[in-house]
Amino acid sequence: MAEIQLKALAHSYSASPQSPADYAIREMNHVWHQGGAYALLGPSGCGKSTLLNIISGLLQPSDGEILFDGVRVNELSPKERNIAQVFQFPVIYDSMSVYDNLAFPLRNAKMPEAKIHAKVSEVAEILELTPLLKNKAKNLTADEKQKISMGRGLVRDDVSAILFDEPLTVIDPHLKWKLRRKLKQIHEQFNLTMVYVTHDQLEASTFADKIAVMYGGQIVQFGTPRELFEVPNHTFVGYFIGSPGMNLIEVERAEGGVSFDGIHLPLSEKLNLFLADHPSNNIKVGIRPEFVHIWAEPSEDALLCDVTTCEDLGTYKILTMRLGQQNIKARLDEDQPIPNGKAYVSFPQQWLKVYVDEFLLEEEAL
Amino acid sequence: MNKTENNKAWFLVLPVFVLVAFSAVIPLMTVVNYSVQDIFDQNTAYFVGAEWFREVLRNEDLHDSLIRQFLYSFAVLAIEVPLGICVALVMPTKGKMASLCLILVAIPLLIPWNVVGTIWQVFGRADIGLFGAALNGMGIDYNYSANTGDAWATVLLMDVWHWTPLVALLCYSGLRAIPDAFYQAAEIDRASKWAVFRYIQLPRLKSVLVIGILLRFMDSFMIYTEPFVLTGGGPGNSTTFLSQTLTKMAIGQFDLGPAAAFSLVYFLIVLLVSWLFFTTISHMDKAK
Repeated sequence: MAEIQLKALAHSYSASPQSPADYAIREMNHVWHQGGAYALLGPSGCGKSTLLNIISGLLQPSDGEILFDGVRVNELSPKERNIAQVFQFPVIYDSMSVYDNLAFPLRNAKMPEAKIHAKVSEVAEILELTPLLKNKAKNLTADEKQKISMGRGLVRDDVSAILFDEPLTVIDPHLKWKLRRKLKQIHEQFNLTMVYVTHDQLEASTFADKIAVMYGGQIVQFGTPRELFEVPNHTFVGYFIGSPGMNLIEVERAEGGVSFDGIHLPLSEKLNLFLADHPSNNIKVGIRPEFVHIWAEPSEDALLCDVTTCEDLGTYKILTMRLGQQNIKARLDEDQPIPNGKAYVSFPQQWLKVYVDEFLLEEEAL
Repeated sequence: MNKTENNKAWFLVLPVFVLVAFSAVIPLMTVVNYSVQDIFDQNTAYFVGAEWFREVLRNEDLHDSLIRQFLYSFAVLAIEVPLGICVALVMPTKGKMASLCLILVAIPLLIPWNVVGTIWQVFGRADIGLFGAALNGMGIDYNYSANTGDAWATVLLMDVWHWTPLVALLCYSGLRAIPDAFYQAAEIDRASKWAVFRYIQLPRLKSVLVIGILLRFMDSFMIYTEPFVLTGGGPGNSTTFLSQTLTKMAIGQFDLGPAAAFSLVYFLIVLLVSWLFFTTISHMDKAK
């Protein structure tokens, strides 16, 4: 059981990194608290697995420190860090029975056989592997194999943390849900720190209390699923979380706000002030499709636009509209009327986010 | 399901049938022909039934070389398989060194049998051979043409030098096929080096080892050229293995009948041992 702290951590696979692009993990500070269920969410190749391997000790970071309960563990092997990890593709020892597979980490630690038996039986019960214990592990299905991989982590009651590297990739969809429930249940039962790597936002939000979104070797936001949805800290979070992602529009500075394609968007006084502090001209505004208001009749500060398509996704509809040169998506509930040809949209101030150099311009922070 | 009967389909197996006939059945039948007859010349042949078989099965010389042959093959397997695995385990996996090692290890495999025999014949000589002279210089009385033990040691050493690379290369390829995740998982599971070998590497080497063991058994059981060039089967009959006894019988004494009978017995022994080995292994695989 441990709190895992990353201090000024960075990693490059090349021996002499020149530019930030040579880094798989860019310098970061982060804390995973004891007993938390965390997800590490990001697209393929963003450094998730690298970060996970650094935490478990399979990989040595090129810079910075990893602390377990405040103690530096950079030089320790996975064995000494006492960490369990479940990989994307199930790893089982095919010459052994299911029982022997589960007992393997305990036997390696020279635990007495009676204690091993108790522990293996307990974990097999939780994972519903009891009827298979005597079978050869080789002939099992992918999800059973993956359960064994997880089980090998769970039998060790002294582990600091269990790391999951996209463990449900090879599992059938209907079993994915079941295994995810199982993981959640195990987390509640054992009070372990769990870090779950995935590129699936649904998987991340059902498993984790807090999600770290990774992009380009950095953690761009760390927060609850709700925070990620309502206040995306980075344009990537806006785009990656939610379905469809946030509407992002490149804008220019204008008197009292911003503008694009001749359309003026007023901003609050505070935001205008902050914006003035930033010299960069890379400014974007973002709003979630869920928060775009649609009106059939013109009203104050509503903008007229052309409706291009409407996709009916069963429980809701996605309306795509053209505003100036930009495509705007809005999410409509199924009982909401669909505007014909023309529609009036408005962006509530509270949900309109401003991004400078891709990062959120925050009202409270300044 | 409805099946259409078409006996012309049998013609489809004809090419294979012809091929197997010429490559195996016809030559084998010639031997069978000799084994049941006493042939003097083209026109004079007497059918003798199982007479030759009875004779060769009672032949003391053949018994002795059969025992020697089994001992030899067993020794070859007992040395080359573990050694080959060890060599494969220590070979580098990446970079220029890996290619270099592969080439160096593979070199003995490229040398023809009789050249191997000649190399060791010279190499092991007590007067001018580097190996033999060095041993004698160190005060070890080594002479492969006079001492039975030395002759055996040399023949074995020669085979180990020549063929361990085959086992090593097979194992090397087997080891490379193990995904990294297995080693990572083992590290996470706190497995010792031995446990990694025993539970990850060895089980995954099984299929290549089955091939390696079969090849090495068949080849060593049929060995002829190397001991013939090195010692001529001596001193005495100590390194005369089955194929050499057979050759002596067939070509030296022109006893074609008994030689043919024994060839068949020889062939059946190789077939039987290989089949037993293979079925046992596959059977173990199927067991739950």
